[in-house]
Amino acid sequence: MSVTVEIGRRDDRPPVPPGGAGWSCPKCHQPADPAAVRANLQVCPACGYHLRIGARERIAQLVDQGGFRERWAALKTLDPLEFTDLETYPERLREAQAKTGLTEAIVAGTATIASVQCVLAVMDFGFMGGSMGSVVGEKLWRAAEMAATEGLPLVAVCTSGGARMQEGILSLMQMAKTTCAVDVINEAGVPFVAVLADPCTGGVVASFATLADICVAEPGALLYFSGPRVIAETTKEELPADFGTAERNLALGHLDAVVARTELRDKLANYLRLLEGGGTPERIRARRARSRSPRGLVDATARRAKALAAHARRPFGRGDREAVYTPQDIEA
Amino acid sequence: MGEEIERLSTRLKTLRHEKRRHDAWLTVQIAREKDRPRTREYIALLIEGFEELKGDRLRADDRAIVGGLGWFEGQAVVVIGHQKGRTLDEQQMHNFGMARPEGYRKAQRLFRLAERHKLPIFTFVDTPGAYPGIAAEEGGQARAIAETMRNMARLSVPVIATVIGEGGSGGALALAVADRVLMQENATYSVISPEGCAAILWRDAEFAPQAAEALRPTASQLLALNVIERVVKEPRGGAQNNPENAANEVRQALRETLAELVAIDPAARRAQRRERFRKLGAFSEGSVAGAVINALPSLSPRPQRDF
Repeated sequence: MSVTVEIGRRDDRPPVPPGGAGWSCPKCHQPADPAAVRANLQVCPACGYHLRIGARERIAQLVDQGGFRERWAALKTLDPLEFTDLETYPERLREAQAKTGLTEAIVAGTATIASVQCVLAVMDFGFMGGSMGSVVGEKLWRAAEMAATEGLPLVAVCTSGGARMQEGILSLMQMAKTTCAVDVINEAGVPFVAVLADPCTGGVVASFATLADICVAEPGALLYFSGPRVIAETTKEELPADFGTAERNLALGHLDAVVARTELRDKLANYLRLLEGGGTPERIRARRARSRSPRGLVDATARRAKALAAHARRPFGRGDREAVYTPQDIEA
Repeated sequence: MGEEIERLSTRLKTLRHEKRRHDAWLTVQIAREKDRPRTREYIALLIEGFEELKGDRLRADDRAIVGGLGWFEGQAVVVIGHQKGRTLDEQQMHNFGMARPEGYRKAQRLFRLAERHKLPIFTFVDTPGAYPGIAAEEGGQARAIAETMRNMARLSVPVIATVIGEGGSGGALALAVADRVLMQENATYSVISPEGCAAILWRDAEFAPQAAEALRPTASQLLALNVIERVVKEPRGGAQNNPENAANEVRQALRETLAELVAIDPAARRAQRRERFRKLGAFSEGSVAGAVINALPSLSPRPQRDF
């Protein structure tokens, strides 16, 4: 009923284009030099209002110099339902491709963020409302699979109106598919961090995005499953002014943090380092090597638990006793 | 003569198109039919000694989702389903089958119960969608649905979902990440309601019949897309005309499907379930258009449009 694209209330967040003369913030109306706004990562220098940015710009902001290699770019969208509303699906796709210069609503590949290696998947709201169809689901699956097999963490920057109506039920199925993809990452024991950018709604928040180990959002981002219009129509409830904002979601306990774009890169690198054990590059590499053989990780954890359980100084612990943990326990 | 043939074939095309639209929209109406048997009716007809188990163990009991234990042909099972209700009072009591986070969390704890005691799970899907209310949103609706899907995907016991009415978007899918998905002949399953789709894409809910046709939400269409495994027959005109007969068809489908699933090793079953969902979607890859087309049966003789 409401998984699907409901374009965010604010369409006034286009990024500042290159060049251009005068610009004033859509929120505080302060004029600013466009170059300064761009240099400030498309955040208003006066009030901190975060403008929407596309996938390419996001990647450029996050990764180190030359630190991104796109993968799976050859995946092509089909029109399985031969869907036509006021326009055909292929027409809508071509328009989106022309407008964004992207082939789909997500760009994914391997990346280095502040020297931390990872798999990075970035959605683009400008491409059909960032809607999730088969190609978006497949790229997320492959990103997760690569993260799991290579022992790399996964970072997903999510902005989406939800499932893509033009692929009908197959879009809905991408929610289940991407949820299973998170399981693949979890089983491999590699970190998964999601960043929710304005707006992130519908099928994307109700699947992989909110299942991340760490889930943060940008200031002011609107996040919800059912949108204000659907809620108002169905329930006639009066919505609080800050309904669905990142800040309100943080207060409600649905997010780990709200992170300003200017700090996002360093925060992400920190989260990844911490989840990877906070060690030296050698330690991280060693952990990765272990995670390549899934059994290895479990055994190492079990060995450690066993050693701790049997530690002589542990209350009630008996140095000579068989540990109470078995690898099976740890796995469960 | 040639002109006449052309004219008639164009007319035939238009009529076929009209019929498809009519069929899809008619099915949507039957799926929502007030007197259509609901989860409780199927439980009464299929499950012996049903013991309802309420509550999410956190804060509430959501009556839009019912669940419990019972016997299906001598096998103890866990049953979970959306409950819409038939009379207006019932519908209000069950919130028209629109679950809140509490409902999805109830489903999750019943999954855990089933897993612990190695009981197969039957789910019945019949909802317009998850409840779009402020309290539901702020109570974590999105995450509740995501977790329910994840927990369902992880189960090692057999899970069979049956769509018996409206399969409305994420709220429906939350109970349908199953080993096999069955669907009654006149049920629908869709990413969005035809009205919602029409309001967004046509900018007018009046275009719901067109949207219904475009979304291809009927059982036979979903079978062609590999989204469901089996279409369950209904009595003429719809399940409401003969609930016992409808239930018998469901019984037979459940019996056969369960027998098939029980024969599979639990770990393999789980892996196959994941694989089932991984394969869903349509895309091509490589320079040759359509060289790799993923799990895509042709809906019409026309070649796939590629771009």
